[in-house]
Amino acid sequence: MLRPVRVALVGNPNSGKTAMFNALTGSRQKVANYAGVTVERKEGRLTAASGRAISILDLPGTYSLRARSPDEIVTRDEVLGRLAGEAPPDVVVCVADATNLRLVLRLALELKAVGRPAVLALNMIDIAERQGLRIDVDALSAELGMPVVGTVATRRKGVAELVGQIEAQAHLASATSIDTWREPTAAEIRALHREAERMLKACVRPPERPDTWTGRLDDVLLHPVAGIAILLAVLFLMFQAVFTGAKPVMDLITAGFNMLSGAVGAALPPGLLRSLICDGVIAGVGSVVVFLPQIMILFLFIILLEDVGYMARAAFLLDRIMGAAGLHGRTFIPLLSSFACAIPGIMATRVIDNRRDRLTTILIAPLMTCSARIPVYTLIISAFIPQRQVWGFLSLQGLVFFGLYAAGLISALAVAWVVRTLFWRGASEPFLMELPAYKAPDALNVARNVLQRAQIFLQRAGTTILSMMILIWFLASVPGKPAGAVGPAINYSFAGMIGHFIEPVLAPVGFSWQMSVALIPGMAAREVAVGALATVYAVSGGEGGVLGASLARHWSLASALAFLAWYVFAPQCASTLSVVKRETNSWRWPIVMFVYMTALAYGAAFIAYHLALAMGGG
Amino acid sequence: MNPPLTQTHALAPIAGPDTPAADPRDGEPLGEGRRGFKGVITAVRVQKASPGLDPAELERRLLEMGFVEGARVEILHEGFIRRDPICVSVDERRVALRRCDAGGVFVRPETAR
Ligand SMILES: Nc1nc2c(ncn2[C@@H]2O[C@H](COP(=O)(O)OP(=O)(O)O)[C@@H](O)[C@H]2O)c(=O)[nH]1
Repeated sequence: MLRPVRVALVGNPNSGKTAMFNALTGSRQKVANYAGVTVERKEGRLTAASGRAISILDLPGTYSLRARSPDEIVTRDEVLGRLAGEAPPDVVVCVADATNLRLVLRLALELKAVGRPAVLALNMIDIAERQGLRIDVDALSAELGMPVVGTVATRRKGVAELVGQIEAQAHLASATSIDTWREPTAAEIRALHREAERMLKACVRPPERPDTWTGRLDDVLLHPVAGIAILLAVLFLMFQAVFTGAKPVMDLITAGFNMLSGAVGAALPPGLLRSLICDGVIAGVGSVVVFLPQIMILFLFIILLEDVGYMARAAFLLDRIMGAAGLHGRTFIPLLSSFACAIPGIMATRVIDNRRDRLTTILIAPLMTCSARIPVYTLIISAFIPQRQVWGFLSLQGLVFFGLYAAGLISALAVAWVVRTLFWRGASEPFLMELPAYKAPDALNVARNVLQRAQIFLQRAGTTILSMMILIWFLASVPGKPAGAVGPAINYSFAGMIGHFIEPVLAPVGFSWQMSVALIPGMAAREVAVGALATVYAVSGGEGGVLGASLARHWSLASALAFLAWYVFAPQCASTLSVVKRETNSWRWPIVMFVYMTALAYGAAFIAYHLALAMGGG
Repeated sequence: MNPPLTQTHALAPIAGPDTPAADPRDGEPLGEGRRGFKGVITAVRVQKASPGLDPAELERRLLEMGFVEGARVEILHEGFIRRDPICVSVDERRVALRRCDAGGVFVRPETAR
């Protein structure tokens, strides 16, 4: 048996590298982290027509082998074979956008200097042909000294030929190429660029029908006034779709999990096992899976906007605003995802190169108002905020709701600003980003990417998140209620003990012991607090009306406002913390997140409570 | 149309005490151009980068993004707050960058050639 051919995919951003990786490997891919670092390692496998196994490693898009961040150090060392425990790639495949060759030719020259066999995939050759762009493939191949294959990654055209060339090059792979690479100086970059420029002149004839749409669209979409208005409209549409479009499916999923829980409950004898399966596993997983429709709609929008080429424009339009908080325009995408759920948002921070930018974004992502807060907000607002009109047309309840959203957003930017000016001064990335030409999205490509992200989300729900759910179930139901005791069972559990234990600490912010106890199961997911409140107040079911009325009897307005303020900031989500642990590969960041968010929550609840008391809301 | 850069921009000092004086033949910094400016890059020499970023590193990144001597540039769009960032076409490619990062790219208006 021959060992698999190891291939590394390299290329500029937007060259279709992801599409190429998918075309080559189909569904046979796995994503992991490099040992000890937070860099993602995306690997896939395929079998060539000859039967030879090929393993493909996808490296982040880059303009140069020079490393700008810890992530790119890993990329570079992978290509150079400098990573301990990782064999160097046998063949490097450089993916190029055929309509935009200037920079990638320099990258190809840099790769060639490394001395490993390489193949250039001239991707998007369909667009080049449509534009009447002529590329002399043979001349280019001779100039570069590597095979050149025209491909259409989204249609899998030319992929078989590419695989053939990979195999042919693998035979040439010398095991003894010496690693002599070092960072090119500015002068060397200039020289390589001139060389690439010369090749371009010699081998490529400019397009007969250049793309004029990109310019025309940008005139509108990047217009200082119209551009912002359109961006806001796009975001508004997206939120509408996420929150209204997903509702029926979410109701269906909830009903499904309830039914499942009911059926299992009926089949099992009452006791701890039944409680574990119904209240722990099924309810726990259900409370996360219920967000899947929202997350898929959100991803559909994000991937569409990304593929069309609009995301880079949005980053351009928002760069100044994000920049004021010390962030890069690109951080906008993960923060956007966090409005549905912080988990996909935190996973999306991988688009950010700079480690500090990325960690800052991870830290503030949970401050965005995720949809799990909505049930809590709705419950408290409808129970305590009168249904009044302000200034004749605004509903007071709606205004409070909006205020909570704004509080999350503004505090996120404020936290980012504090982090960037007090702890991590400077060392920020320059905002230097290519705005790709607009493209019609490929339906199949979009569908595949949405499913892939949904699958990753579910995998997280299935592993890390599930174990957190079971832990919280355990705390909330063990030990059981002693015989003849009065009051709800949760009172006697560990969660109840913890709740009673922390009650003196929370008393200054106006929380009763019932509220303190409800916070513990609420750690599973924010909206679980609604059910937990129903349990501690021994109200049957989670009926909003009944529970709301009961809360209105037991709580003062000041306590209710303090509870809302608490929920804007508190890290009431074990799943988020565990995903942060996964993404950063360290316990340090979830702990930092927990501490700073709890401190903010306590402070905000304290202020809200005492302000309300002072204004007569006792 | 090409609104010319104002005189103050052309004369704006870019050098610190220990950096060599700007060569007047280099033209104006791209970072101070206005929308509609069209020209050719005459020099890429970064002497000042945003805090924490090494000027030499910024220079190499600009080079890698295609900001190389001789490249034709046009400022296509400006952001809505303080006209920042800018969207520049560099040899047919579009690149967005902040004005402060574009200070080390010197350009000469096309008409002056
Ligand atoms: N027409 C055409 N579109 C492509 C081709 N390859 C990729 N795309 C599209 O180009 C866009 C960017 O591709 P992606 O794989 O995300 O680029 P990456 O940034 O290099 O990973 C997506 O909208 C793809 O559908 C191709 O060969 N032809």
